[in-house]
Amino acid sequence: MRLNLFPLLVIAVVLFVVLNLSAGLIWVERRLLALWQDRYGPNRVGPFGLGQILADSIKLFTKEDWIPPFADKPVFILAPAIVVATSLISFAVVPFAPGFVIADLNIGILFLLAMSSLGVYSVVLAGWSSNNKYSLLGGIRAAAQMMSYEVFMGLSLLGSVILAGSFRLTDIVEAQRGLWFVVPQFLGFILFLIAGVAETRRLPFDLAEAESELIAGFHSEYSGMKFGMFFVGEYIGVILVSAAISLLFFGGWLGPVLPPALWFAVKTMFFICLFILLRAALPRPRFDQLMSWGWKVMLPLALVNLLVTGAVVLARR
Amino acid sequence: MLSLVRSLWEVFRHTFARRVTVQYPEQKAYLSPRYRGRIVLTRDPDGGERCVACNLCAVACPVACISLQATEDEHGRRYPEFFRINFSRCIFCGYCEEACPTYAIQLTPDCEMGEYKRQNLVYEKTDLMIDGPGKYPDYNFWRVAGVAIGGKDKGQAENELPPVDTHSLMP
Amino acid sequence: MTVATIFIDNAPREVNPKQNLLHVCLSLGYDLPYFCWHPALGSVGACRQCAVKQFRNEQDATGKIVMACMTPAAEGTRISIADPEVVAFRAGVIQGLMQNHPHDCPVCDEGGECHLQDMTVMTGHRQRVYSFGKRTFRNQYLGPLVNHEMNRCIQCQRCVRFYREYAGGHDLNAFHLRDSIFYGRHEDGVLESEFSGNLVEICPTGVFTDATLKHHYSRKWDLQMAPSICVHCGLGCNITAGERYGTLRRVVNRYNHEVNGYFLCDRGRFGYEFVESSLRIRHPLVDGKPATRSEALERFGAVLRKGAVIGVGSPRASLESNFALRALAGPDHFFAGVPDEESRLISAMVRILRDGPARSPSLDEVEHSDAVFVLGEDLTNVAPIMALRLRQSVRQAPMRLAAGLHIPEWLDHAVRETVQDAKGPLFIASPYATKLDDIATATYHASPDDLARLGFAIAHAIDATAPEVIALSPELETMAAKIAAALRGAQHPLVVAGASCRNRGVIEAAGQIAWALCKVGSPASLSFTMPECNSFGLALMEAPPLSEALRTVRSEPVSTLIVLENDLFRRAPANEVTSLLRGVQHLIVLDHLGNPTTDAAELVLPAGTFAESDGTLVNNEGRAQRFFQVLNPSTDVQESWRWLHEVSVAAGSKSMERWEDLDDLTATIAKEIAAFGALPKVAPPRSAVGKIAREPSRYSGRTAMLANISVHEPRPPQDPDSSLAFSMESGPGPVPSSLIPFFWAPGWNSVQAVNKFQSEIGGALRGGDPGVRLIEPSRESVWQYFSAIPPAFKSRSGEWLLIPVFHIFGSEELSRHAQGISQLLPRPYLALNPAEASLVGAKAGGRIKILIEDSQFELEIMLRADLPRGVAGLPAGLPPFDGIQLPLFCKLASVGTEFSARGVL
Repeated sequence: MRLNLFPLLVIAVVLFVVLNLSAGLIWVERRLLALWQDRYGPNRVGPFGLGQILADSIKLFTKEDWIPPFADKPVFILAPAIVVATSLISFAVVPFAPGFVIADLNIGILFLLAMSSLGVYSVVLAGWSSNNKYSLLGGIRAAAQMMSYEVFMGLSLLGSVILAGSFRLTDIVEAQRGLWFVVPQFLGFILFLIAGVAETRRLPFDLAEAESELIAGFHSEYSGMKFGMFFVGEYIGVILVSAAISLLFFGGWLGPVLPPALWFAVKTMFFICLFILLRAALPRPRFDQLMSWGWKVMLPLALVNLLVTGAVVLARR
Repeated sequence: MLSLVRSLWEVFRHTFARRVTVQYPEQKAYLSPRYRGRIVLTRDPDGGERCVACNLCAVACPVACISLQATEDEHGRRYPEFFRINFSRCIFCGYCEEACPTYAIQLTPDCEMGEYKRQNLVYEKTDLMIDGPGKYPDYNFWRVAGVAIGGKDKGQAENELPPVDTHSLMP
Repeated sequence: MTVATIFIDNAPREVNPKQNLLHVCLSLGYDLPYFCWHPALGSVGACRQCAVKQFRNEQDATGKIVMACMTPAAEGTRISIADPEVVAFRAGVIQGLMQNHPHDCPVCDEGGECHLQDMTVMTGHRQRVYSFGKRTFRNQYLGPLVNHEMNRCIQCQRCVRFYREYAGGHDLNAFHLRDSIFYGRHEDGVLESEFSGNLVEICPTGVFTDATLKHHYSRKWDLQMAPSICVHCGLGCNITAGERYGTLRRVVNRYNHEVNGYFLCDRGRFGYEFVESSLRIRHPLVDGKPATRSEALERFGAVLRKGAVIGVGSPRASLESNFALRALAGPDHFFAGVPDEESRLISAMVRILRDGPARSPSLDEVEHSDAVFVLGEDLTNVAPIMALRLRQSVRQAPMRLAAGLHIPEWLDHAVRETVQDAKGPLFIASPYATKLDDIATATYHASPDDLARLGFAIAHAIDATAPEVIALSPELETMAAKIAAALRGAQHPLVVAGASCRNRGVIEAAGQIAWALCKVGSPASLSFTMPECNSFGLALMEAPPLSEALRTVRSEPVSTLIVLENDLFRRAPANEVTSLLRGVQHLIVLDHLGNPTTDAAELVLPAGTFAESDGTLVNNEGRAQRFFQVLNPSTDVQESWRWLHEVSVAAGSKSMERWEDLDDLTATIAKEIAAFGALPKVAPPRSAVGKIAREPSRYSGRTAMLANISVHEPRPPQDPDSSLAFSMESGPGPVPSSLIPFFWAPGWNSVQAVNKFQSEIGGALRGGDPGVRLIEPSRESVWQYFSAIPPAFKSRSGEWLLIPVFHIFGSEELSRHAQGISQLLPRPYLALNPAEASLVGAKAGGRIKILIEDSQFELEIMLRADLPRGVAGLPAGLPPFDGIQLPLFCKLASVGTEFSARGVL
């Protein structure tokens, strides 16, 4: 049997890129926020302050690894690992360029959704195992939020699936050769973007960790690299959602002149920046507002979008 | 919804705005002479120690970081035997300066007093004393006070009449 | 007490109609400024500061401005304190008073506790508008205790009124005229009055300040203070002691209506400096070398295990320390550290007070006595505050004259004009002239035996059933009859005596007089002075005297002698002490100052003075009073009872194990010795009161005072023994009167803040005056007159009866070492009647040789015409004679001659 080394290479490349990118995003986010707030951000360590990434990682790794005596120890340790693991696994189905994919599943989108929704366990377990009322509240909030937004997240991208006629991500990208789905599926894109932000618990939907009311919520009790894992998990999530947006609505690697992988990277990066801009600009809603938005506005809109898309597709057939 | 988009745009526009950060160690900020920084003890225009150890700065201090002991020279001029400020506690509120009746204690526009060891933040009189009168070049408490000190007898202060001769009954 | 209703700013208030408006307004808690008035001195209306507006009736809207201190609080009086016109009037007055006040506050010792500052702020005066020159004065040197800074004077006249009229001094007066009145002496010199220190408190501003404080100055707000008891005589005056940076800084009066009122004597006020004396023992000494605490305890334990122990207590140690030693050595092996004769005398005094019908009065009652007989005491030098009280008592009888003219007692000037020089009956019979003689109706100076005979004769004259004195001279007979008549005619007669003469007859005679008075139905009181601060308390323990210790050492195998806060060489002749010390293998001494006894000790433990310990002292009235720790020593110093407790627990003794703190100890004492049953009530137990701050709320420098040692601030020291905290921590609720650490109220920073703590101005503290009387006269009439009347004193040829002459500075052991007082000690001398002096050929200022028992001394001669014939005086308690137990007969010889076997004659 001939050993096929290619998937292993792809895995290695993907891991390298994603992990480094997520670490680098700490720096990117701080610099961008500073830019939009008329500051400099970290600019002292190394050229452009890039050394900050290294400094931060050294700091996180060398900090005291403290497990509170009142915490449920195994769960407390497990929780941060889950978020990183599930987010990383999701990248298995992401096609970076034609043929450059770890597993080109025919149910790629479903896998993506399944994996990313597993991430909520991490938050819930972290909140629960910390044995701290603020953490627990954060965990519960995360679970409720995830439940509400997962529903129309799936529905919002079904429009693209209908247009492409496949759950396979490669097929969806290929189907956008003529026209990016963002044009016919603009509502779907907006809905997916909002759901994506909520899914990654990024501002303005970071109610699970809301500093002002829950003093960092589910990760109040975390420190050192365990805290760092939540951080990294969050950034991987951001990359994943950005990648998904560019795949589903902006034609993935498609684009003139430049190599496909670069197009994909540019598009993904754009949405990452958009995530950061959202954080820089928007205030956090109340939790009840978040929930009623999800159920009373987003879900009906997603259903309407699905209905209309379905009707149009049927009518044109 | 539109307002959200507008605020996104407003924030995005700041990409091209000037940055307001002052790059501190290279660029110095301007500190006014009335800035409340490192505390000093000044001397009167004659070069004498201004502090008369009245304890008012110590009692005004909200964090009680000033302690001193009064003593007197052989001519009755009062001064602090020791004068200590624990800058690790100081909040630079300037109450001590407000309370000082002799303009001895003054806050200066110097805020660069970082130390690696907290113990080094305990300043004694030798660390606090400067050679000049600081912000108030003319005032000398002893020229106004009614007590006699070396070089200034009773009746020689400002606005004082010569001492009463109690053995005379002249009106 | 009748009650009058007056209207203050239209609010009806119930007040004491016998008082003036200022008094009642302050009693009701109003802030009304004043300067010349003082509760103890009365009103003269000099300063015009306490102006209020008085209205004729409800309809009167105009009113007139009156001085509150000069207006009686009559029924229906309507006044306004807040009326704008009167407010402006008061502001105008203080502006005038402040016209010449120098720009001194920052360098003035009074600053921060200045009545003038308080009143100026209260009146709202803040801007000086007078632009002409200020009058100035030159200061005077008034001695090492009081400092003079005359520029600050506002001419309220209080100093002179106190010094001359209240305390009977002569050398302070007002000089010059109009706005340049000068208060001082006619020339520089030490103030002669024993009460000069009160000028510091009586002066509303910084003219008179504490000169000892100046050497280690600290503001009142910076002092860590605690209630304490003066240890320099037997009266137990209440004091507030203040600490800063680990050293004792000063002592001020702590008002106790029943005991010292508003005043202290100079010994009590300035004696505190002994605490910081260079003789102070601060670390244990083992074999004369400094040792650590654990080494000392180890040695103590090792010595204890070797064999029998005897303990010698002390009349200057607290009850608790004495009891701890009694518990350690066992009641059979505990001895009072006082000379035999003194011990017998004090026991006699206690017995007379306990078994007889005459009650020991508080000092306040002493002041209100209207006929007094002082027998054998030099009160000004032995119990100074009692002398000050007696000075007021002679005003009691003449003041009835003023009362008859409807002049209220507080209207000081009018009362004095009415009374003129009239004085109530005060008779003084003493071995030599005393400072009180100037107010005495009659005096009698004779040898102690003759004094006793006069006393017995008076008793006989009061009650014929009392034994008669035979062979009494007709003059004395007349005098006795006169004194007896005066005492019988009085409403509150008082007899004062004490142990100063070292004569049992004197004490019994005093008791006899009081008993005779009681028998004829007069409410007589009987006050004995006590030689030391806890003489009474030690006597109540009924421990055998020092000679019994020597007997025990000779008869039983005793290996260790523990001496508690006592210099044995002051208690007995050196040879006796030496033989006692030779009789034991180990000598352990607990004391605070180095002395010959500590020099001889194998182990010296540093005992806490009154400033470093908690304990109880019993004063001459029989009043137990608690003193509290002021400073937490950084050295090994601690209470003697704590040392003894620690070592006994370490040695495995069960009896003392249970004492965790002072409250346990006092409870144990109360249980074991019936006389001290009330001991736990002297001050509330720690559990009953929340924390009380020893530091005022403005205490400064907390985070800097120790920063030179380490920038990491230590936890404040904890006090296991009392509710008082070594911090600014204070719980809610009122402070019990026995635990008031200092007098302060918002707007009242000076000592006069005491106004806010009294139930009525000049009356008891709210919650009752501190202290519990341990002794009351017997209700049963089992007593019998003394019949042992001594024969008349016959002077011997060639021998003189040497009696102690007391000095306020010098006769007392501890205050002698205070830096200020040490400059005022008399030089050793021999006092002789000039007639006697000529017999031995001595002249004033010359020197003389004296043979006491086996030792010879050469001394300066002081001629005193008041000394009786055949008697010579030697300053009491002054080295090198402090071990000699007077009275005894001595021989004299002029310098250059030798003593013959039969004296010089």
